[in-house]
Amino acid sequence: MKPSSAPIDAPARAPADERVAAAWRALCAVEDPEIPALGIVDLGIVRCVEIGADDVLRVGLSPTYSGCPATDVIRRAVEQALGDAGAGRFVVTTMLAPPWTSDWITPEGRDKLAAYGIVPPPNTVSAARQLLADDRPVACPRCQSADTECVSQFGSTPCKALHRCRACLEPFEAFKCI
Amino acid sequence: MSAAATTVRGADLLRYALRLGDLSLVLGQRLGEWVGHAPAIEEDLGLANIALDLIGQARLLLGYAGEIEGRGRGEDEIAFLREHGEYLNPVLAEQPNGDFGQTVVRQVLIDVFQLELYGRLADSADARLAAIAGKSVKETRYHLRYSGGWLVRLGDGTAESRARVQSALERLWPYTVELFAEDDVDRALAACAVAPPLAAIQTAWSARIDQLLGEATLERPRDRPYAWFGKRGEHSEHLGYLLADMQHLQRTYPGARW
Repeated sequence: MKPSSAPIDAPARAPADERVAAAWRALCAVEDPEIPALGIVDLGIVRCVEIGADDVLRVGLSPTYSGCPATDVIRRAVEQALGDAGAGRFVVTTMLAPPWTSDWITPEGRDKLAAYGIVPPPNTVSAARQLLADDRPVACPRCQSADTECVSQFGSTPCKALHRCRACLEPFEAFKCI
Repeated sequence: MSAAATTVRGADLLRYALRLGDLSLVLGQRLGEWVGHAPAIEEDLGLANIALDLIGQARLLLGYAGEIEGRGRGEDEIAFLREHGEYLNPVLAEQPNGDFGQTVVRQVLIDVFQLELYGRLADSADARLAAIAGKSVKETRYHLRYSGGWLVRLGDGTAESRARVQSALERLWPYTVELFAEDDVDRALAACAVAPPLAAIQTAWSARIDQLLGEATLERPRDRPYAWFGKRGEHSEHLGYLLADMQHLQRTYPGARW
């Protein structure tokens, strides 16, 4: 296996800003394995990309849910992407605090979720909503009716709840506020 | 003596991390037994998702325990290669699933405990425990919305569903004593602000449980004497079967990976 493009240490000699920017570009291309419509940067789980005094590029990832099976897959995909992009020496760390919140999903991420048929979480302070168990109905992504009900707080992945539209009778998923 | 009490002993911290990690792991394993057997697909997904969160929390806590221990054991070795008497979860967590109502009752009792515990542990003097708790408490709120919602539906439901959850409550209630039974580890860690005092958790737990039981039209059972101490490694007969099931693959094929 020989590197087909530039020598592996070339980007390491690039200016620090360019190295960080290149890392961000590489990370933007990494998809969430369970919601391929969404990139991990859209999801807001990339918390930092920085170069330390030791010239090592540090990438901090914040897992969405403690038990999300995608976490390990994402980590490997990130390492692969950084390696392919020739990011030089790097280390990927898990950042638990502050805990990830659905508020960190970017506006672009919310648009992509909606286009994919998953209702994005309300763009407000999730913690307060969750604390108050705010269960106001979400509009159906297919017919826009507000006459919907939550069938289960737990959908096909930990981050989504299962809803049903009473108007068009279709089931749909909504991203949970957390 | 008083100076020593303010220093965190590694042995205490290790035991504490194992207790919390084992609680999540054993309960998660129990909930996993419902996969493919729950009353409806939504409950199958709900219970499996809660199990997943709990096992994720267990990974964080047991991974930390391995680091504190400093003998090079990772989360998998701690989870899959320890014996019965080395597990430090409260006995309540290992109780069999029973019917759906009994699973719901066990879940409510532990969800409220974890909610009150993690909410306070998020301010721990130990940064790692604080971070794990801060993450876990958000997940636990969803768990309680699920289990509490079902408790009310079943308790305030048909005569049959009410009788079943009331009887599950009577059966499981004695085990709740252990959740708040304080020992030297709890006292030492509370003294250095690492662990929240169990007395405070008990007061909050009791109030929230009373409120839920009221909504569910269930009666709070009377407290009775208690004889098991999982947190000291003294378990009911049920844990052995659970571990045999959970550890079978790693013990038969050591080091096997997916």
